[in-house]
Amino acid sequence: MTTTLPTYEDVLTRYEPVLGLETHVELGTRSKMFCGCATGFGADPNTQVCPVCLGLPGSLPVVNAAAIEYAIRLGLALNCSIASWCRFSRKNYFYPDMPKNFQISQYDEPLCTDGYLDIEVDGEAVRIGIERVHLEEDTGKSTHVGGATGRIHGASHSLVDYNRAGIPLVEVVTRPIPGTGALAPEVAHGYVTELREICRTLGISDVRMEQGSLRCDVNVSLNRSGAGWGTRTETKNVNSLRSVQRAVRFEMSRQAGVLDAGGRIVQETRHFHEDTGATTSGRSKEEATDYRYFPEPDLVPLAPDPAWVEQIRAALPELPAARRARLAELLGATPAEMRAMGNAGVVDLVAATTAAGAPAGEARKWWLAYLAQRANAAGVEPAELGITPAQVAEVIALVDDGTLSDALARQAIDGVLETGRDPAEIVAERGLRTVSDTGALGAAVDEAIAAQPDVVAKIRGGKVQAVGPLVGAVMRATGGQADAAVVRALVLQRLGVDS
Amino acid sequence: MDELTRMTAVELAGQIAAGQVSAAEVTQAHLDRIAAVDPALHAFLHVDADGALAAAKTVDERRAAGERLGPLAGVPLALKDVVVSKGLPTTCGSKILEGWVPPYDATITRRMKDAGIIILGKANMDEFAMGSSTENSAYGPTRNPWDLTRVPGGSSGGSSAAVAAFQAPLAIGTDTGGSIRQPAAVTGLVGHKPTYGGVSRYGLIAFSSSLDQAGPLARTVLDAALLHEVIGGHDPADSTSIDAPVPALAEAARSGAAGDLSGLRVGVVRELGGEGYQAGVLDSFRQAVALLAELGAEVVEVSCPHFDYALPAYYLIAPSECSSNLARFDAMRYGLRLGDEDDASLEEVMSRTRAAGFGPEVKRRIILGTYALSSGYYDAYYGQAQKVRTLILRDFAAAYERVDVLVSPTSPFVAFGIGERVADPMAMYVNDLCTLPASLAGVPAISVPCGLSASDSPTPLPVGLQVMAPTLADDRCYRVAAAVEAALDARRGHPFLADAPALTGATAHTGATR
Repeated sequence: MTTTLPTYEDVLTRYEPVLGLETHVELGTRSKMFCGCATGFGADPNTQVCPVCLGLPGSLPVVNAAAIEYAIRLGLALNCSIASWCRFSRKNYFYPDMPKNFQISQYDEPLCTDGYLDIEVDGEAVRIGIERVHLEEDTGKSTHVGGATGRIHGASHSLVDYNRAGIPLVEVVTRPIPGTGALAPEVAHGYVTELREICRTLGISDVRMEQGSLRCDVNVSLNRSGAGWGTRTETKNVNSLRSVQRAVRFEMSRQAGVLDAGGRIVQETRHFHEDTGATTSGRSKEEATDYRYFPEPDLVPLAPDPAWVEQIRAALPELPAARRARLAELLGATPAEMRAMGNAGVVDLVAATTAAGAPAGEARKWWLAYLAQRANAAGVEPAELGITPAQVAEVIALVDDGTLSDALARQAIDGVLETGRDPAEIVAERGLRTVSDTGALGAAVDEAIAAQPDVVAKIRGGKVQAVGPLVGAVMRATGGQADAAVVRALVLQRLGVDS
Repeated sequence: MDELTRMTAVELAGQIAAGQVSAAEVTQAHLDRIAAVDPALHAFLHVDADGALAAAKTVDERRAAGERLGPLAGVPLALKDVVVSKGLPTTCGSKILEGWVPPYDATITRRMKDAGIIILGKANMDEFAMGSSTENSAYGPTRNPWDLTRVPGGSSGGSSAAVAAFQAPLAIGTDTGGSIRQPAAVTGLVGHKPTYGGVSRYGLIAFSSSLDQAGPLARTVLDAALLHEVIGGHDPADSTSIDAPVPALAEAARSGAAGDLSGLRVGVVRELGGEGYQAGVLDSFRQAVALLAELGAEVVEVSCPHFDYALPAYYLIAPSECSSNLARFDAMRYGLRLGDEDDASLEEVMSRTRAAGFGPEVKRRIILGTYALSSGYYDAYYGQAQKVRTLILRDFAAAYERVDVLVSPTSPFVAFGIGERVADPMAMYVNDLCTLPASLAGVPAISVPCGLSASDSPTPLPVGLQVMAPTLADDRCYRVAAAVEAALDARRGHPFLADAPALTGATAHTGATR
């Protein structure tokens, strides 16, 4: 079926998409939602558990007040109303990674309702309606062993780690998002990006999609222009921002293919596959479980004091959109440049580097290029790389005054990252300094010319642009400390060729 | 040694504190009594002789070291098997939990241990506390010490039989719809269901979370009050636990025993009596009401019209909650696992285990509750039942504007024969007719012996008087019950249980089905 998919452009000539996004965010509270167990990621399996999160007979939940506060923070940041009275409910279904075979969640009485989030996509403002933000507990994590797919079908046995069971989650549910047209994948991407940024700013989660602390379910339906909304599918397992975009795009094409062939979209859960970018059918919602929700009798209703809510509102940090506007002005950056910095997670770092005296453009260049690249290679956030904005500003100053070339500056940065010491010390210790003394370079130039007669012949034959290998050889010989422009001029001069 | 087992908890604690007898001797006497009579009764699922003697020794050492001990230190107790106890098997009367040993103590277990109370073992019960006769235990029924062919009530029938048979002076029961009060009534004991939230539920294996409460069973009102004071009070591990001081219950029992109820307004609930109630039960109840008046109380009749709907409402709410609470017993993490062979799927293993591990009454309620919570039926069943609950609460509120306590028979029936009602669930459910309203409203209620019925059985059998009070006014229950107890003891010239037939190893037969 994947071979006959219509192209994306083709889909848009006949159909309009409607999106809906359900995002689960693991809250970064120290303890779990209903017990005192630790929440750290990566501990040995089943070491962060107790009778409560294992659902042992007789155990009872107690609400974590910090989780309530975090959820209220998010609700307020998403312009929601905070309920003055709400309840937890039990969502009943059998699955081994759920210790009680019910999940404590919120059903018809969520904590936060009726909000919105404004985002910008391709320079256009889009308002995403937020239906609700509610609290629930995470399940354990199943690992299916012995099968080809990692799914339960075909597995010889399954292992369950309950460390994750009971970690507080907020679920943020959007209202249906119609009218996005061709931009639908970007709107989905932009929304999740902004939501992630807000959670990070609020300090309520580390929002690491690759660790599952932010998980997104993508709902997509298509309808013919002017017709009523179509049947939606819900794609789960979408674990990166790029995947959000790809999943929407794929579902639009897939559904269009089905509809074009006269078929019917089945309301179902689908799985996204990172490797192929495709979705495959999971269980059908039409035969899905009846969750038999009812108010959780082990917990009393939740009634946040309005005065407390106002305190939380007053203490909210500057939100990403406001900060971006302020920083764009401060850094003189275009919206595209702001987006690039935002995606790389370096906005604050650039601002701090600028504040430490570096020109904004230079600060942006270094954080977006070499430093982002080093962070990526090390698998850490740029902020955790081990170099301070002040140190970066110092490197930039050394480039500006001609002490360092870009190549030497990169070596200086490497030195800082290796030792944690300041750039000035690294530069002094390693003798990093641009060599522009032609006398000192003469020997290296002569050696390079002698070693590569064929290149010399080409240059003498008029191909001046062939000089590269000779310059490279000199640069290597001088440990990168020569100024490449000076070397080039010197080589050509020795060969008697006009540059 | 037998005289030690005839003593009340207060007497035992007093002798232990005075050094007249050691806790170890007291414990051994009760273990001997269990060994002699339990083959006939089957009150215990597990007897922890070694643990009990070790705990008693600790109490003796603490006393020898000059430590001031609590008022029940060294007193033995039977713990209903629905309450988890670290290191002791806890089955809830079910095959599905056979062999499970909890890694933690319930809050009340810990409080009792801290108070020096000696846990003798785990008492039999209807499976998951569902029943009124203890016949639903997967491990066989318990027998009533007053007549071994009859039931000891339920679901706390092991607890009631143990105390009535002098195997222990105290027991913990749990009450969801009457499971402390009805067994107390039919075995001639005092049994109190505390205000909902008055005693921690942490470590109580849940049947119906919004109704379950643990409470004391004892042979005297004062003993029950003292045990209640040990287990009661706020517990941060139970969100539904009330953060308020426990009223002075033992003091209320002592003041009640002085016999003066003047100024007390007592309401007789019109809806709890009459047709369907056994004649001997109604006789004893009428005499008890007359006694209350003699003691100075002002007695009036009050109507609580919505009590008539308590039974249907209860049989929607309790099964609904149990269908969810019992979902965790799925063979995956602990307890029974059956059918995990060949290429059986997850669902098949869960299904086979639950099919074999749960008894018929538990299955009946799980199915009932699953249905009542189903999408499309929720409003008509669970939703309506919750509305009835509100109406019952309003009936209580209106009544308590006119009176201080409400009274009724505890159960319409005296102890019935083993096997007599098992085939008809409704015949079993009506045992709880009088106890359900207080459960649904979360108000405290006590059952105290008020006489023997000779007309409903060949041998005289105990009848209980139920005294209900407003939320957190548990002390009123103890005060009134103590007044009744003292007056009847004085009239009789001996304690109520002295009328129970002697039960010895020699007379015991081995009728218990294991």
